[in-house]
Amino acid sequence: MSGLFQYLLRLGDDSLILGQRLSEWCGHSPTIEVDLSLSNLGLDLIGQATLLLGYAGEVEGKGRDADRLAFHRDALQFRNCLLVEQPNGDFAQTIARQFLFSTYSHALFQKLTGSTDARIAEIAAKAVKEVAYHADLAADWVVRLGDGTEESHRRMAEGLDWFWRFVDEMFEMDEVERSLAESGVAVDKAALRPQFDEKVSSVLAAATLQPAAYPYPIKGGRVGHHSEHLGHLLAQMQYLQRTYPDAVW
Amino acid sequence: MKLSKDWPLWEVFIRSRGGLAHKHVGSVHAPDPELAVRHARDTYTRRLEGVSIWVVRSSDIVASDPEQAGSMFEPAETKIYRHPTFYNLPDAVKHM
Repeated sequence: MSGLFQYLLRLGDDSLILGQRLSEWCGHSPTIEVDLSLSNLGLDLIGQATLLLGYAGEVEGKGRDADRLAFHRDALQFRNCLLVEQPNGDFAQTIARQFLFSTYSHALFQKLTGSTDARIAEIAAKAVKEVAYHADLAADWVVRLGDGTEESHRRMAEGLDWFWRFVDEMFEMDEVERSLAESGVAVDKAALRPQFDEKVSSVLAAATLQPAAYPYPIKGGRVGHHSEHLGHLLAQMQYLQRTYPDAVW
Repeated sequence: MKLSKDWPLWEVFIRSRGGLAHKHVGSVHAPDPELAVRHARDTYTRRLEGVSIWVVRSSDIVASDPEQAGSMFEPAETKIYRHPTFYNLPDAVKHM
């Protein structure tokens, strides 16, 4: 598996899996406005995944397109980080996940617009505007829930507590990404961490929440070692293509 | 800031292109002005409908009383001379 293919799967799978998670809110959100809001985020992410996985398929050169990669891989072959596959929980938990991921991915895509790989730079230029909005929207909600009622404050704090353990993995660099970063295709994610930490602490302060507390990190998604949640998500997402292979409509 | 259980209603106005006026397009529920703009964006500009959004709390809108519609609007019915339909436009004037 080439390094570039691997890298594109990581980027594409992050977007795809989080997009699928958000779509689970469709019809279940607290209000119709929030329903649309979360669906819009999900659709943006699935759009990004389509571009990234489409490119991944071309790089691999075995005739797999974005749909093939999305619907015909098993959990072990997915390369998303563990954070995005975590269950929605309540609205506050969903917002916690979105805030942490979008803040990370905004910093990442900003840098990727300067990638020496023209296709990646192009995709990043489109995605960075979408992701900037996601990060702002999620930060707004963190502040409103944190600085809201006693109950919303408690739920927001609990939501964030669930996710701290998955943050380090987002910034982790391995051989694959280090060598791509050296040639300017990828980004040294470790260098994005200070920007992330600063944003998180300023939003938490505005939300009257306790500062971030990072326990021992849980990792493994980038090499295919996922939590049990991913299998359940894929069962639903891939059902149609698994049951009626190559169905079109 | 308190997150109320019943979010107030906001009227949404969208400017579809630079130079055009904001037009009323509908309403959204939101806990505060900033989220009202976000909800308006997510609800009403998903298909490139606009370049600018205004929101206004519905309760801040002062409306005419429908019961007084007679005295408010009917007097204008008989003043047809207020319409510029009695003028012959020169051919040189186009797009009127």
